[in-house]
Amino acid sequence: MAISHQITAGFMPLLDSAVLVTAKEMGFAEAEGIDLMLVREMSWANIRDRLAVGHFQVAHMLAPMPIACNLGLTPLAVPTIVPMALGLGGNAVTVSNAVWDAMSAHGAEANFDPATAGQALKKVVLERVVGIKPQLRFAVVHPYSGHNYELRYWLAACGIDPLRDIEIVIVPPPLMVDALASGTIDGYCVGEPWNTAAALLGRGHIATVKAAIWRSSPEKVLGADAHWAEENPEALTALLRALGNAAKWCGDSHNHDDLARILAEKLYVAQPVGWMLPALRSQLPIGKERTADVSDFFVTFAKAATFPWKSHALWFYSQMVRWGQVQHTAKNAQVARETYRPDLYRAALKPLGIALPVANAKVEGALTAATPVGSSGASLVLGPDGFFDGGLFDPDKLDAYIASQKQ
Amino acid sequence: MPAGQKPLSILVIDENQLRASVIEAGLREAGDDDLTIVHDVIGIARRIEEIQPDVIMINLENPNRDMLEHMFQLSRAVKRPIAMFVDRSDSASIEAAVEAGVSAYVVDGLKRERVKPVLDMAISRFNAFSRMSRELDEARSELEKRKLVERAKGILMSTRGLSEQQAYVLLRKTAMSQNRKISEIAESLITAAGLLAPPNEEE
Repeated sequence: MAISHQITAGFMPLLDSAVLVTAKEMGFAEAEGIDLMLVREMSWANIRDRLAVGHFQVAHMLAPMPIACNLGLTPLAVPTIVPMALGLGGNAVTVSNAVWDAMSAHGAEANFDPATAGQALKKVVLERVVGIKPQLRFAVVHPYSGHNYELRYWLAACGIDPLRDIEIVIVPPPLMVDALASGTIDGYCVGEPWNTAAALLGRGHIATVKAAIWRSSPEKVLGADAHWAEENPEALTALLRALGNAAKWCGDSHNHDDLARILAEKLYVAQPVGWMLPALRSQLPIGKERTADVSDFFVTFAKAATFPWKSHALWFYSQMVRWGQVQHTAKNAQVARETYRPDLYRAALKPLGIALPVANAKVEGALTAATPVGSSGASLVLGPDGFFDGGLFDPDKLDAYIASQKQ
Repeated sequence: MPAGQKPLSILVIDENQLRASVIEAGLREAGDDDLTIVHDVIGIARRIEEIQPDVIMINLENPNRDMLEHMFQLSRAVKRPIAMFVDRSDSASIEAAVEAGVSAYVVDGLKRERVKPVLDMAISRFNAFSRMSRELDEARSELEKRKLVERAKGILMSTRGLSEQQAYVLLRKTAMSQNRKISEIAESLITAAGLLAPPNEEE
């Protein structure tokens, strides 16, 4: 096919750049007539700035970032839409060996279970509060990130106050392992390969995973410059189709060895192949020697993993309100809801014949088992999608959910 | 600067010491601003509290920008809110800065006329540094090419019993007849020699 669209996309060197990288490397972009240029960045701030000045048309973004941009919470932001997600899950919480030993003494087991790990961590935190040792310090990658919200959700649900009982700081993903080893931080919530890396290097221990805190939960998205998207609907449609096919390829376990090799390359994540495979295989390391299975650790295709659910946008918004980043008003909720564009996704991916949800939003946490749901194109199974504490998020009852949240 | 006006307090964070010194020289030339350069973000919150900078500059390759922006949001470290650039409508300056590879955070309420010359100087120094690095890279690759030609000559001398001059002429002639660069011919020859060499007899 002749090249008819030039698109430059920014990405961060993380495992969940997989769908974007695959679209280029496996020829899915070219097949849609796109010359896709991928530019590796060192910070989310760079991604935001270069989208703002027009260097990028689209980018690999933390799901809450485009919402924060549209709410005017970040410097130099332009209107940004989310026409597609780039997968579900993929993060984990890693703690230092010292904290893990203390948690083990309080009953934590090496099975990534958020409830028991959280109860054990609470006891360690309480010892710190009454004792002379300083408070525990945890790191996340960005204030407007799934990492920040899922870490706080988990801590709060386990009776640890994220504002008073521990300190939460920002550390860039590639520096997390060193910060943990040097004792600058005691734990972190980050995407792969930085949890696997700490475990395999013997510098930390994976305490729990995003897929267990909230199964099938949103993580990275494709953020698109709203103005560019409006002016170039054909280019955007072509890109979404390329990414849809790439997501399907990434989701096929036969391709995981190849995907790990591509991601490990210098242009992309630039880390060992052995650090990519555990997440792709849903088998995470426990220490250096053992692994444990995690259901749906990182999903790119099944369960409509790239569908931009408005209920995801609204859950992130509810957490921004919960942690004092924005005030809840009907207008702000509207901005968050309209950031996600399932209409564009559906229109672009319809010709691929893959399963497309009929609804734009769903009650998050309602499915306790895999459940067939209304779809077009192909049959669709969603779930299980539970929060570990049994919580439910009904986007139609946003006000009540926000009011019920404990800070 | 009008008489009696307090000098701007500027903090530059750059882990590249050479570039930091290029920027420092430029800013010092431009005026008597109060300038602090740090190469490392360890303990940066305390430094910022001490210095109370009006302008903070950090290069775009630094992965700690997200950490820094988060710190600005917390009012403990920085007394007044810090905005990216002076005026977000000044898109030409912003683009020039991003292209040069620098980002700037400015305390709210500072007048554009006071900050613009500082930013412009930083941008031009960043660009000058990139040019220097590019030239250095080019010089380095020139040296690499010369090394390739030397190795190729050595291979021809030992395998075909040529003198150094004859070996060079052969490479040159081959390059001309194939319309390629002599370094490319040298590289092909080295690769081919490597492939043809008997096992365990690598150079």
